[in-house]
Amino acid sequence: MQVLSRHWRKLALAVVLLVALLIPLFIDNQYLLGLIMLAYIWAIAAYGLNVLLGYTGQLTLAHAGFFGIGAYTVGILTVNYGFPFWPSLLLAVVFASVLGFLIGIFALRTQNEYFAIFTLGVGFVIFLVIERWESFTGGSLGLIGVPYPEGLGPIQFEGPEQLYYLILAFLVLTIYVAASIAHSLVGRSFIAIRNSPDLAMAAGINVGRTKQLAFTISTAIAGLSGGLYATYIGFLGPAIVNVPTTFEILLYLLVGGMGSLSGPLIGAFLVTTIFEYFQQFEAYRLVIFGPVVILLIIFFPRGLAGLWGELEARVRRSPEKEAEGREEPSREEVR
Amino acid sequence: MQKKREKKMLEVSDLSVRYGEFVALRDVSLEVDEGEFVVVLGANGAGKSTLFRTINGLMRPSAGEISFYGERIEGRPANTVVSRGVTQSAEGRHLFPELSVLKNLTLGAYIRRRDRAGINESLEEVYELFPILREKRRDPAGSLSGGQQQMVAIGRALMAKPKLLILDEPSLGLAPLVARQVLDAVVQINRTGIMVLLAEQNAQAALKIAHRGYVVENGEITLQGTREELLGNGEIRRAYMGA
Repeated sequence: MQVLSRHWRKLALAVVLLVALLIPLFIDNQYLLGLIMLAYIWAIAAYGLNVLLGYTGQLTLAHAGFFGIGAYTVGILTVNYGFPFWPSLLLAVVFASVLGFLIGIFALRTQNEYFAIFTLGVGFVIFLVIERWESFTGGSLGLIGVPYPEGLGPIQFEGPEQLYYLILAFLVLTIYVAASIAHSLVGRSFIAIRNSPDLAMAAGINVGRTKQLAFTISTAIAGLSGGLYATYIGFLGPAIVNVPTTFEILLYLLVGGMGSLSGPLIGAFLVTTIFEYFQQFEAYRLVIFGPVVILLIIFFPRGLAGLWGELEARVRRSPEKEAEGREEPSREEVR
Repeated sequence: MQKKREKKMLEVSDLSVRYGEFVALRDVSLEVDEGEFVVVLGANGAGKSTLFRTINGLMRPSAGEISFYGERIEGRPANTVVSRGVTQSAEGRHLFPELSVLKNLTLGAYIRRRDRAGINESLEEVYELFPILREKRRDPAGSLSGGQQQMVAIGRALMAKPKLLILDEPSLGLAPLVARQVLDAVVQINRTGIMVLLAEQNAQAALKIAHRGYVVENGEITLQGTREELLGNGEIRRAYMGA
């Protein structure tokens, strides 16, 4: 049964990847393709948040800030200094994660709601610095003309189709990294901290250092998604760095499912497309969406990915487990 | 008992712990010798869990010393205490419910994570002690029965290869028969040379298997002695055995 389901999972994964690879061939509509690319970028950001919030259980509200650090690193280096894109993207990741590491030293001294409030402040400060430092960041006017990436060998990035594959590649890379973390002892120590920091400590886990690692990984991924966003959108304004963006990424994670591997992708994809679909309702979208999210959290706290897992578990359990019930083990079994 | 001996491996002396104004433990002294099985008796709220959490490093004492193999460990973070060889299986089991039994167990070996062979060896030992866990190793720990979950919790503590195993009411909430199985397993663990410090409300069951015992009341140790001494003590019989 287990082996079978693993095969199915692999097959499903292959199909999803195949569809993703074929999308540009079928979709002529530039707007739709752009929308999908944006969903991928937000999914990458959501995977970053998932490492810290989903697995380690620390609610950071500075995520858009680190996304912005990544975006503006690429923006400023390419636009103001004429840097090529690729080293700028690398620096975006490095810069976001180094800053994340340094801020983490202080932020992670706080816990629970205090951590959330602290990081909310951090996020807002990053936004303010970007908005007010006009000579460097362009202030509220923003940065215009972030270039497409330079070609890599035979691959040229001339249009959205090529960029689509670039972003898809980074999304796949992010998911791969997230999956490797989730299946490693490091990932389990993240989960242990989410479940109970005391218990994690009692198992010998250095809680402070492990949280620091999770925070740094999450900010690195945020920086990556920001850097990709900069080249995709070509224009950077400070609004994208502001706190509401954090809550949007949080929303993707809540809808998709925290602490799961498919959750960030499902959530980012679904929410961005639904939002676009209901664009005619403008601000009223939130009026509709708010209650839906509340219901989702009440009834499916683990998001849509969690819902799927629950259904799967129920199907698998029903024949054997129901008969066994909650019986205590017999004596022979213990001896 | 009063004479200082060389063999004392865990030595708690004049330990006091406060929660703000409230004094949870007052001048508690206790020791565990090599190979010993020591039980701490006491009612709910007497201070047993506080004592264990302090030994384990999850709480800081306001006064007093804890030394383990001659090394002071009080006030140290719990993860470093674990690597000194003191492991606790917490009250109420506290597993990682969504992780499989196997993953719960290997998490217990976190401090030995580079020692693959050793971990597998310990895993085998745990399976030998609790064969049902081998069968259920792929099931999420949350799906197990109460007794099985307790076995996972004890097994996880063993995976750290402790010198001293601290168990906070492992029989809590278990059916009498299952509780006995768990305690029997603890005896087996002790026979392999691991020191055991056990908190129990069921004095009868605990004194049957322990070498020595302490009675904690309102944060103070009011009685101590060997199994025979405590079993013969009329006060204990009245207060904890209902006889």
